[in-house]
Amino acid sequence: MSDYREREKSISIGTIEEEPVSGTRLEPGVADDGGEERGEAELLTINLGPHHPATHGVLRLLCTLEGETVRNIEPIIGYVHTGIEKSCEDQEYWKAITFVERMDYLSYYFNAYAYCSAVETLLDEEVPPRAQYLRVIHMELNRIASHLFWLGTGALDIGAITMLWWALRERDLILDLFEMSSGQRFHTRYFQVGGVMEDIPPGFEAKLREFLAQMPARVDQYEALLDQNEIWLQRTQNTGIVPLEKLLELGVTGPLLRAAGKPWDLRKAMPYCSYEDFDFKIPVGTVGDNYDRYRVRMAEIRESVGIVQQALDGLPEGPYITGNRKVALPPRHELATSMEALIHHFKLVTEGFRVPPGEAYVAIESPRGELGCFVLADGSAKPARVHMRDPSFVNLQALKHMGEGTVIADFIACLAMLDPILGGIDR
Amino acid sequence: MEVIRTKVSGSKEDFRAKQLSAQQMLRGDLDGAGLEEYVEKRLLLTKLQDAQGWARKNAIWPLGFGLACCAIEMITVIGSPRNDLSRFGAEVIRFSPRQADLLILSGRVSIKMAPIIRRIYDQMLEPKWVISMGACASSAGMFNNYALVAGADKFLPVDVYVPGCPPRPEALMYGILKLQDKITREPELGWRERYRADGTEEISDAGPDAPRR
Repeated sequence: MSDYREREKSISIGTIEEEPVSGTRLEPGVADDGGEERGEAELLTINLGPHHPATHGVLRLLCTLEGETVRNIEPIIGYVHTGIEKSCEDQEYWKAITFVERMDYLSYYFNAYAYCSAVETLLDEEVPPRAQYLRVIHMELNRIASHLFWLGTGALDIGAITMLWWALRERDLILDLFEMSSGQRFHTRYFQVGGVMEDIPPGFEAKLREFLAQMPARVDQYEALLDQNEIWLQRTQNTGIVPLEKLLELGVTGPLLRAAGKPWDLRKAMPYCSYEDFDFKIPVGTVGDNYDRYRVRMAEIRESVGIVQQALDGLPEGPYITGNRKVALPPRHELATSMEALIHHFKLVTEGFRVPPGEAYVAIESPRGELGCFVLADGSAKPARVHMRDPSFVNLQALKHMGEGTVIADFIACLAMLDPILGGIDR
Repeated sequence: MEVIRTKVSGSKEDFRAKQLSAQQMLRGDLDGAGLEEYVEKRLLLTKLQDAQGWARKNAIWPLGFGLACCAIEMITVIGSPRNDLSRFGAEVIRFSPRQADLLILSGRVSIKMAPIIRRIYDQMLEPKWVISMGACASSAGMFNNYALVAGADKFLPVDVYVPGCPPRPEALMYGILKLQDKITREPELGWRERYRADGTEEISDAGPDAPRR
């Protein structure tokens, strides 16, 4: 039996032969069942997942427990491996957008933006300012929707079921807006290489303003429900602390890193998509525990509302997609009158556009951290390689450091506050 | 979906009279001709099987099981106040397969995941049903590659397919309504009887006498 299969064995019971390894952070009062008897304590390896309500997808964790204390965590991934990166190599550049969107399925606008932006870099294509602002509006709305879903399911894991109904209520409003602009709630494929698919329809702005007006009050409601809840505070405060240096060593980004006190946000550090035009703050935590992770995300929702407000107020006039007919489809009405437009349309739809050889890496700030997209072009109409640096994949490494030494109930809270998306991890 | 609206016949007085006779019946005041009339008016005759099917279709317990993108829309169907699944009696999500009778395959089924899904399905007790939600679970959808099983019906029986990528919550609810129709109309309990699939049992390594799946 191979080593891997050996590890996959679900349940095994063994006895400790030596003292627990140093570095385990046993807190006083936790698993305090007689220090001298620890030599005889049993280690129990249990299998969490891939079908488990708290794993947020099909994540599998092999947990070694000593009593209720977690001694070791081993994540096993790949249960939703879809081969998206490989599939992208078979598609024309503009068709691959549909594929990359389905990686991290809660932040589809970010995936599409990272990919489109990498292709635009290779093509050296300018994106009109209106398209950039429309992209910012949709990405920030997507960030709010993603954080809302995290809030609902994360609170559900800790036992606060009301948050799920409340968060999904507002999330539906955002998905309505997505549906208005693109016709789909999910996986909208709104971003194109060179701009966006269509201009926002009439009525979108009014509906968005209505949403923006009510969202801060709704965040107040969530916080009123959670911040004065003793159970919530005890479950999140001072649990799952990982030192900042460790997080930096592991390459963890996003709200996890910011909760530990590092104000690293690519929207500020390396502005893209005209983020430098907007005035917003980077929320950071002080302790780096689960409560800070929750507070940082709640503050990010508020900041995102502010960014969308500014982008909507300052939405420039002009085209919503580049005028380069070699890259973007001509407007529908031109097809009936212009032979040239018809030819461009035909060429784009049948063959796609060719991208000069080269490689590009674009990193953006997704709701979970640094989302990078690497595209290698060989001069044909299909990418030679597409790779995504998904934040969930990198952040999952921190789980071991968050969970080891805590009790298993706190470990579930850590997993909830980590917010991994398995579609992004496995791709 | 067809919605038929019928106006409630009878006036307020009729309704009041009905209420009064029901009260008398419960108190035991009705006898003779009055009781006969009451019974004729109020009694509904049906087969036990039909009544059982009706009860069963309105008490589906889905398994809390998500795979990928479609799982988010599935949670929206169950959890969002807009599409409250408890209207159809199917909101009791159970995370143990032993307590669930509906498996919603929500998302892409990878080759690594397929045996686990089959195992979960085998652990569920009869009668059990499967909804294949979305293009991926039904046919691998747009991902025609090495990693996915092209259709979950290759390794377990699927009762209802819901198209979409991902399907709208309304589409999944329509799928659940279709399943409810199926449950009332086809009361065969086991899936082997339902799909005439005798002779496909796996024989375990323990020998022919071991319990069959």
